[in-house]
Amino acid sequence: MTAAASPLAGYNFAYLDEQTKRMIRRAILKAVAVPGYQVPFGSREMPLPYGWGTGGIQVTASIIGRDDVLKVIDQGADDTTNAVSIRQFFARTAGVATTEHTPDASIIQTRHRIPETPLSDDQILVYQVPIPEPLRWIEPRETETRKMHALAEYGVMHVKLYEDIARFGQINTSYNYPVLVNHRYLMAPSPIPKFDNPKMNRMRALQLFGAGREKRIYAVPPFTRVESLDFEDYPFEVQHWDHVCALCGAADSYLDEVITDDHGGRMFICSDSDYCAGRRERGHVGPQETVRFGSDAAE
Amino acid sequence: MTDTETTPPLLEVEDLTRLYGSRVGCQNVRFSLWPGEIVGIVGESGSGKTTLLNCLSASLEPTSGSVYYRDRLDRRLDLWRLSESERRMLMRTDWGIVHQNPRDGLRMDVSAGANIGERLMAVGARHYGDIRAEAGTWMRRVEIELDRIDDRPTSFSGGMQQRLQIARNLVSKPRLIFMDEPTGGLDVSVQARLLDLLRGLVTDLGLSAVVVTHDLAVTRLLAHRLMVMRRGEVVEHGLTDQVLDDPQHPYTQLLVSSILQT
Amino acid sequence: MYVAVKGGERAIRNAHALLDAERRGDPSTPALSLEQISEQFALAVDRVMTEGSIYDRELAALALKQARGDQVEAIFLLRAYRTTLPRLAVSEPIDTGSMRIQRRVSATYKDLPGGQVLGPTFDYTHRLLDFDLADPEAAPAPVESAENHADSLDGNVPRVIDILNHEGLIEEEEPDDPDRPVGDLTRQPLDFPAERDVRLQNLARGDEGFLLALGYSTQRGFGSTHPFAGEIRVGEVAVEIVPEELGFAIDIGDIQVTECQMINQFKGSATEAPKFTRGYGLTFGHCERKAMAMSLVDRALRAREFDEPVQAPARDEEFVLYHTDNVEASGFVQHLKLPHYVDFQGELGTVRHLRAEARRRKTEENES
Repeated sequence: MTAAASPLAGYNFAYLDEQTKRMIRRAILKAVAVPGYQVPFGSREMPLPYGWGTGGIQVTASIIGRDDVLKVIDQGADDTTNAVSIRQFFARTAGVATTEHTPDASIIQTRHRIPETPLSDDQILVYQVPIPEPLRWIEPRETETRKMHALAEYGVMHVKLYEDIARFGQINTSYNYPVLVNHRYLMAPSPIPKFDNPKMNRMRALQLFGAGREKRIYAVPPFTRVESLDFEDYPFEVQHWDHVCALCGAADSYLDEVITDDHGGRMFICSDSDYCAGRRERGHVGPQETVRFGSDAAE
Repeated sequence: MTDTETTPPLLEVEDLTRLYGSRVGCQNVRFSLWPGEIVGIVGESGSGKTTLLNCLSASLEPTSGSVYYRDRLDRRLDLWRLSESERRMLMRTDWGIVHQNPRDGLRMDVSAGANIGERLMAVGARHYGDIRAEAGTWMRRVEIELDRIDDRPTSFSGGMQQRLQIARNLVSKPRLIFMDEPTGGLDVSVQARLLDLLRGLVTDLGLSAVVVTHDLAVTRLLAHRLMVMRRGEVVEHGLTDQVLDDPQHPYTQLLVSSILQT
Repeated sequence: MYVAVKGGERAIRNAHALLDAERRGDPSTPALSLEQISEQFALAVDRVMTEGSIYDRELAALALKQARGDQVEAIFLLRAYRTTLPRLAVSEPIDTGSMRIQRRVSATYKDLPGGQVLGPTFDYTHRLLDFDLADPEAAPAPVESAENHADSLDGNVPRVIDILNHEGLIEEEEPDDPDRPVGDLTRQPLDFPAERDVRLQNLARGDEGFLLALGYSTQRGFGSTHPFAGEIRVGEVAVEIVPEELGFAIDIGDIQVTECQMINQFKGSATEAPKFTRGYGLTFGHCERKAMAMSLVDRALRAREFDEPVQAPARDEEFVLYHTDNVEASGFVQHLKLPHYVDFQGELGTVRHLRAEARRRKTEENES
């Protein structure tokens, strides 16, 4: 954990002015009141580029206080460059304590993963969202998708899943897998792998979603029903690996494939760096082995 | 045919007018449609028939006048006083719209099966196998080969696309279908087959329909009653055979005679 | 044994240091001053002010220096800075009719009150590289006095639009509801259908290249509007605010702007005689190409008002207004550089599985 310090002089706490924070909090309250519904908000230009987490940053900036402890991850890891950059941003502008240890964090801002460690009642998970509209790939017009949400006209989403099965024999979406929230709104969970979708269902922590460039905020309150779309005869399935984590031996976490040489050598390692480190600290050891992926003909 | 004295009409149109600036689309149209009836609207291009159809089918808001529809709960709904969401719901569940160009009524980038299954999925069908089976049933009913179920409509002939569009509409068991030149753009033999199919389906399913066409032969085959439009106004209406065999209005006489000459 | 790579923090610090060094370039070359940028790269400064939405030449010059000359990056810097600025007042609309003219041309009249004033323009230059400019000491030729000097203009330079207005030939532009507050995209998100005030703001902040291409497309048939350049004027206007305590307007400074009024295809109806229609463009500084392109796209986006079919891209409100912002576009396009390996891992899994299935089916077919 990195201790709190004093925030950057000349800027308001956590960079945004209080009016802006209030505007964002009002949007967050609306979002929590209508789970899964995208609330438009007056997104501000931030010192980080659009597409690099400005929505998540604005949400975090609006809810963070001096006593909060912040964790920032990208692809599940604390030290990917953008996670480092965002953590430093808050350390500078808010002077809050930061941590890599999931249970110690009160706010976790994340890109593309949900931590493996189950979250608790007093934690908030803030997701960075590139495209908040789950119907965008089927219907590019905002005017039309808004009507579809208002009228719960979601048939077309199932059409896409039907097509996948007709063409490939399975539903092909592996990330940003669409979900129905509280039996009402179709929601894009952000590009988390479908492996993480079940964690969203009845999660104890508050889940907030920020899309800065698209200017939308949405939320899933604690203990809310979140179901991944599927068919009765083609039920939703998560990914599995034939391997365990090479470092810690975990069989239940999302694994990254790391290329170790140019003869097809690979290792599978926990994507959640804190989870993996924690297991190793507690004495778990993985097989430490490289596996080989030959050419297709050899498999 | 229903007993018009005791059964209330399915659709009632009163003084329907739609203007485009100072130009008249359609004017002072009034008629009623009973369950199981097919009404044909004929006229040349520019007669206002398509405008009228669009006002009836909730695609175009009229300038004045009313359209009343009696829903499954026997409520007499003033179509243009409903909210947009209520109208859209009606279009999805109670009505079907068959467009002149099948591309306007189909999703060209998804398979035939998905096209037909969409409305089922929109109202909550969640079993892939069942949806696919029902799509297959409808394909057979509109005489499209089952092995085309995973093909996209872009690979279908015009007649097949039109039949697919019809299946897509009928799968939700609508009570009222609006058709705009359903055989337009198809060659004569294909037209005949399609009209036969339509006539059979309408009878079997007890549908009502409003069919707009410039082709009197289509009305002869499909419609019980006929309205003739000219310059936005209805100039003659009555039972199809009566109007075609014994036209009263000079314009109708002109229309009918020009058919005989070709 | 494999050790997960750490050290992202140090990598970032080193990258920043390297960037600073590259920005400075060869230390034996004199460093750029903000005055040099503002004076001699004035048009770059003008563009950055316009799309960055702040009128401050020094800040824009600083942004350009920090951005190593990359205008889109400089615009981003200004926008981010703007977020931190408090809003003290909302000014009165500027009156371009009282502009201190530096340049004023009209393609619709051969001559008109106020005259055609070429001002400083590339228009009639021959695009031949001038190697004299390579000499840092080279001084420009003196400007001929008299007729073309802006000082000799009398105050009376009426707008061409006002001339047409006298005869009732061009549509008037009055807001439907003068009490409705003007929309502000820096405070509220874009909503559709978008009204003209918000559209114009969006276009003014929009990327010049994108608008140029769209405007060009309308000239080539993708939603043509038959434009004539009614007037382009460049010069200084006063900015006024009405403080509550005073109750009257005070002048808080001057800014240079470029205004383009396009005169477009006339429209009439059964009840109204035909009038010309308008397209409008406005920028900070001297950004003519942008002002003209903006006016073409403005008119194209008014297709809805004039019952024109919306097919061409330039008339498609959602398509145009969502994609004008180069800060958003740059961010999202470049975000692809960020790690996406978790999702890619999912895709790898899917593709491998499908290929395995295909092989299995093929084997089964071969066996049967």
